Amino acid sequence: MNTLVKHRLFWPVAMLVVLLLSNLIFTPNFFKVEVRDGHLYGSLIDILRFGAPLLIVALGMTLVIATGGIDLSVGSVVAISGAFACWRISEQGDQNSVAGVLVAVALALGLALLLGAWNGVLVAVIGIQPIIATLILMVAGRGLAQLITDGQIITVNSSPYKLIGAGYWVTVPFAVLVALAVTALLALLTRRTALGMLIESVGGNAEASRLAGIHSRRITMMAYIVAGLCAGIAGLMISSNVSSADGNNAGLWYELDAILAVVIGGTSLAGGRFSIAGTVVGALLIQTLTTTIYTTGIPPETTLLFKALVVTIVCLVQSPAFRAKVFQGRRRTTPPPAGPSSATTEKVEVPA
Amino acid sequence: MTTLSDVRSRLVRPHQRKYLPLYATLALLAVMYGSGVVQYEAFSDPQVVLNVFIDNGFLLVVAVGMTFVILTGGIDLSVGAVVALTTMVSAALLEQAHWPAYAVLPVALLIGPILGFGMGCIIHYFEIQPFIVTLAGMFLARGLCYTIGTSSIPIVDPFWTTMGDSMHLGEYRISPSVIIALVVVLVAAYVLAYTRLGRNTYALGGNPRSAHLMGLPVARTRIAVYTISGFCSALGGVLLTFYLPSGNSLHAIGMELDAIAAVVIGGTLLTGGTGFVLGTVLGVMVLGLIQTLITFDGRLSSWWTKIVIGALLFAFILLQRVITPRKR
Repeated sequence: MNTLVKHRLFWPVAMLVVLLLSNLIFTPNFFKVEVRDGHLYGSLIDILRFGAPLLIVALGMTLVIATGGIDLSVGSVVAISGAFACWRISEQGDQNSVAGVLVAVALALGLALLLGAWNGVLVAVIGIQPIIATLILMVAGRGLAQLITDGQIITVNSSPYKLIGAGYWVTVPFAVLVALAVTALLALLTRRTALGMLIESVGGNAEASRLAGIHSRRITMMAYIVAGLCAGIAGLMISSNVSSADGNNAGLWYELDAILAVVIGGTSLAGGRFSIAGTVVGALLIQTLTTTIYTTGIPPETTLLFKALVVTIVCLVQSPAFRAKVFQGRRRTTPPPAGPSSATTEKVEVPA
Repeated sequence: MTTLSDVRSRLVRPHQRKYLPLYATLALLAVMYGSGVVQYEAFSDPQVVLNVFIDNGFLLVVAVGMTFVILTGGIDLSVGAVVALTTMVSAALLEQAHWPAYAVLPVALLIGPILGFGMGCIIHYFEIQPFIVTLAGMFLARGLCYTIGTSSIPIVDPFWTTMGDSMHLGEYRISPSVIIALVVVLVAAYVLAYTRLGRNTYALGGNPRSAHLMGLPVARTRIAVYTISGFCSALGGVLLTFYLPSGNSLHAIGMELDAIAAVVIGGTLLTGGTGFVLGTVLGVMVLGLIQTLITFDGRLSSWWTKIVIGALLFAFILLQRVITPRKR
């Protein structure tokens, strides 16, 4: 029991379970999943379906945060990739042509990859602080997205494109399958190869990793490129789900939700440690919170208040200084830290 | 990185380094203004410059608060949300609770500093990154806005409408907000240059550990800058309600980015320790002039503003990278 409580995923998972169970009070058939017209239906499926884009963005963000960075531009990349794909499709003569949609999707993902590479170059090659480097694209990206859509909301009427975000494939929502595939791929790449360890070592100390023979710049670049690509995929899903692209509002605040999901999952913002499973739980937790608020009839405006509460609690619990100050009485055996230790101070002063 | 340091040593002597971004901004401003005057006849009217201040007085105040925070090496993402919360609280108290203006003003001005004080305490005592703490503050303030109301509340209070009216200075117009904003700038410049708090702020941004070892009041200074930023956001919110007489939860979305951009373009180093309030004034003027130029041009759409600001941010951050010595 004790080892279970000490597991770093215990608290996020417990919170998720509590949140799901609390839904039972308001909607007794919350856990009911049924097959209707060959599609899976139910609140749980909805959570997975609407949570899929957030999950994918958060997974990319996990890698970036693991290298000790942060990517604020994902929301803008979401808007740009959705806008670009919708624009390409709307320019086609036949919006339902599968080949045309595939080309549009490929081009949009390529663009997202390029934007990720731009962030990577700024951070890894030029050496700008990640928050600021990605702030550039966060500001300019919204402008670019509006440039693509010409300030309008582009509406498309294309059934192949609609499949990505709103379609079903063998009874399961397609978006969920994509999210599963991305999760599996990233988990395999980072945990079954040395890549995950390399990322953690770069996040722990980029210079030391470089001296140890790791191409730390290349690893950092890769993390930002993956984050860009993930945001691109999410952008396609979101715009496909509503069959339209809004340069101004698509993916607004997505970067914050994604960071929140990563932090809830136990990945340290200081870098050097990450958990794919934690991010999955974090993203599901946020989506469940949103869904719960909608289904229980609490005014949806209060979502932000709950999020503020969750961020604060999670960060306080993660903070070594908070634990030392609040739980000091319980751990008499361990010597109390004498003043601000140099290691933690060093870590804390990095941001901004 | 040899090329970077070569460029650096050829470009600037060490003691001039801290002024270089300021000169760059000044030059940029001159070029922008010059190109405006050459292209458009009406641009040379001094009223154009005054309008930049009238339209951006609130941003100027918010950016001054942000300058304090960035000088300590921190960041405050909550400013836009605090501005919106202030407009919402003022409007709700004035128009729905029918409080008199003299009672609403202090309440509205207190919200920001209280939030800032709380965030400063969490950042300092629990050693959590400013980025994430102020992010939570932003969620909190925006969330509170929405709980007050989701629709816009118009303000018809006589005091508010008088403050929103423009005043005549000879043949030119300015608004009371401009005067308040300029007073804030002067006070901030004085505090940073001539008081103990100002010096502690620079010291903290230069190297927090040295500041701590020198016996400077690190805790007090760090909490003070976030409180100042909170107060500036609240004042910015009040000025915004003078300018646009309404309270709205959607006011000032993305203003934190504008404020950070103004501070960076104004030559304050994001690592902290170097920068001037005057630079921030220039930064806000650059942002305002971009908008004015795009309006004068008439062919470019409004989203070009964002793209140009992004490009300028890039250029100035690159400049910072070239002139700051690499920390080992």
